[in-house]
Amino acid sequence: MALRKPKLAVWKFSSCDGCQLSLLDCEDELLAVAGAVEIANFPEASRAVVKGPYDLSLVEGSITTPHDAERIHGIRRASKFLVTIGACATAGGIQALRNFKDVKEFISIVYARPDYIETLKKSTPITDHVFVDFELRGCPINKYQLVEVLSAFLNGRKPNTPPHSVCVECKLRGTVCVMVAQGTPCLGPVTQVGCGALCPAYARGCYGCFGPKETTNTASLSAWWSGLGVSERDLMRAFRGFNAYAEPFRRESEAHEK
Amino acid sequence: MKSRTIKVDYLARVEGEGALLVKIKGDQVTDVKLKIFEPPRFFEAFLRGRKFHEAPDITARICGICPIAYQMSACHALEDACGIKITGPIRDLRRLIYCGEWIESHALHVYLLHAPDFLGYEDAIRMAKDHPDEVKRGLRLKKAGNEIVRLLGGREIHPINVRVGGFYKAPVKRDFSALAEDLKWARDAALATVRWVATFAFPDFDRDYEFVALRHPDEYPFNEGRLVSNKGLDIAVREYDQYFVEDHVAHSNALQSRLTERNSYFVGPLARYNLNFDKLSPMAQEAARSAGLGPVCRNPFQSIIVRSVEMVYACDEALRIIEHYEMPDPPAVNVEPRVSTGYGCTEAPRGICYHRYRIDDRGIIVDCKIVPPTSQNQKTIESDLRQFVQTRLALPKDKLQWQCEQAVRNYDPCISCATHFLKLHIESQ
Repeated sequence: MALRKPKLAVWKFSSCDGCQLSLLDCEDELLAVAGAVEIANFPEASRAVVKGPYDLSLVEGSITTPHDAERIHGIRRASKFLVTIGACATAGGIQALRNFKDVKEFISIVYARPDYIETLKKSTPITDHVFVDFELRGCPINKYQLVEVLSAFLNGRKPNTPPHSVCVECKLRGTVCVMVAQGTPCLGPVTQVGCGALCPAYARGCYGCFGPKETTNTASLSAWWSGLGVSERDLMRAFRGFNAYAEPFRRESEAHEK
Repeated sequence: MKSRTIKVDYLARVEGEGALLVKIKGDQVTDVKLKIFEPPRFFEAFLRGRKFHEAPDITARICGICPIAYQMSACHALEDACGIKITGPIRDLRRLIYCGEWIESHALHVYLLHAPDFLGYEDAIRMAKDHPDEVKRGLRLKKAGNEIVRLLGGREIHPINVRVGGFYKAPVKRDFSALAEDLKWARDAALATVRWVATFAFPDFDRDYEFVALRHPDEYPFNEGRLVSNKGLDIAVREYDQYFVEDHVAHSNALQSRLTERNSYFVGPLARYNLNFDKLSPMAQEAARSAGLGPVCRNPFQSIIVRSVEMVYACDEALRIIEHYEMPDPPAVNVEPRVSTGYGCTEAPRGICYHRYRIDDRGIIVDCKIVPPTSQNQKTIESDLRQFVQTRLALPKDKLQWQCEQAVRNYDPCISCATHFLKLHIESQ
């Protein structure tokens, strides 16, 4: 008897759509993936909607409205596995910069009629609201890591996504350290790999788009940056980027805010 | 009196979250609303206090489909503020990476988002069962565009190699040799795309639009030129705010743009084509003519042909740039901040993308304004639907709803961008 194809759903919250686009960017793999699963809900790609429950839900984006804070619970209830994809879903994203300011002021800067806008004070990761089975990092995610995660969950194994720092990847690809050799400030030592250590390979310092690696020593890195002449304000800005609300980066940026 | 409502709660095959509501009373369309419920993300607010050189990386995150557009508009606006004009090979590389984004974004829209409407499929994956060769061709075309962005930018989404002043690292000429072979295939595939989409059935529909696009004396526009229209607009980019205003309406988290003097306008491939046909390469012009298009096309449903023609052009232009490429050294010019306001407007795949930044002497952004293409098309989309539905009231509801969705997708709306934009409701009262 033929086995039922697993049902895949893709959900969007506050985001730029780039991470779900990563799935469509798997030009060589897309039709194979579509053959292995039933794409049950993926509005960016299809009008067709199949009712849940779903075997695997991919969730992109952060929670920023009262309605979305409710909606995520329904998705969790309808999903066997729920995997969050990208910095918005795993850390609140760039829109979490509001978390450090007064959102009312932000609304008045952008919108003529603040009373038309419904938004929460903070942009928060999905894991603050529901249980998440796996978090795939990156701004944007790496499409090969996404295929790995899909493959792992569909085959009942743990995804192989290394937790070590960008530094290790630079060594593996043979990139000379930009911080040691050129004195370019780099977040590589505290940032999780996944991008393939791109920025140093293009002669610039890492800017942390995959978020903090496990067991970071951000204070030590800040001291090294200070030694290179980076100001306190610039240190604050460096940690306050696409993963600003991830705990180790949030603490470090606040330490330099005074 | 009999009333009906057509509602699409979550518009599919567009980028971002939007809905459509059409209210019909008797035989009159009474209301059309393109609702944008994509949550606001406040880019213009949190850019205040950031360093000017951070703007290209930060504003890229407005949109995962067209990050290059944001990076290019930000760079040009900030260079304008600092009194820098980029010329030579760096300028060519910027056109090249934009060619990559147009090919990638247009291939995505033509094959995966829009063609299924014309052929009656829910999505491209279902379409692939009956049209496997076409879908595979579309995916490979998209990949060729992405390959340009990846080679020059480091990765397809949110590239890391673009900076104010140029690039962090410039490719050497031999890096392009494999790409050039890919692009020759892609140019043929784009020509085949034009022939394929020209066979689709197009609803008879047009309006007296005001098309707005950049126009440059020497080339089809990407990064530079004057803002012109078919109704007499001809201004420098820095005059934008005097001629265009944004309104905030209750049903949308995107601000709606209009021309102060003449109201709604139309940006994107159709506008560019109508205002710049003479600047297309001979091969792209010939492809358009063979598909039955003249130098002016006012049917938004035929935008799929125009997008395909622009893919031909982008492949052609990319090949031209690669052929004449000499590596810039250094890969960027030094840009020193000064107290100033800078203006930038470039042609995103979906139309003009306007940025304005005011910076202080330390290069800190004091305030900024960003106007994405979709918010500029929003009023035109609503007006299109009003006229389109009025002539199709006799259609069964599910068919009418699908055609309304298709009319919205003519514009390849990117709602993530515009929110600062979409759901479909058609309601008969």
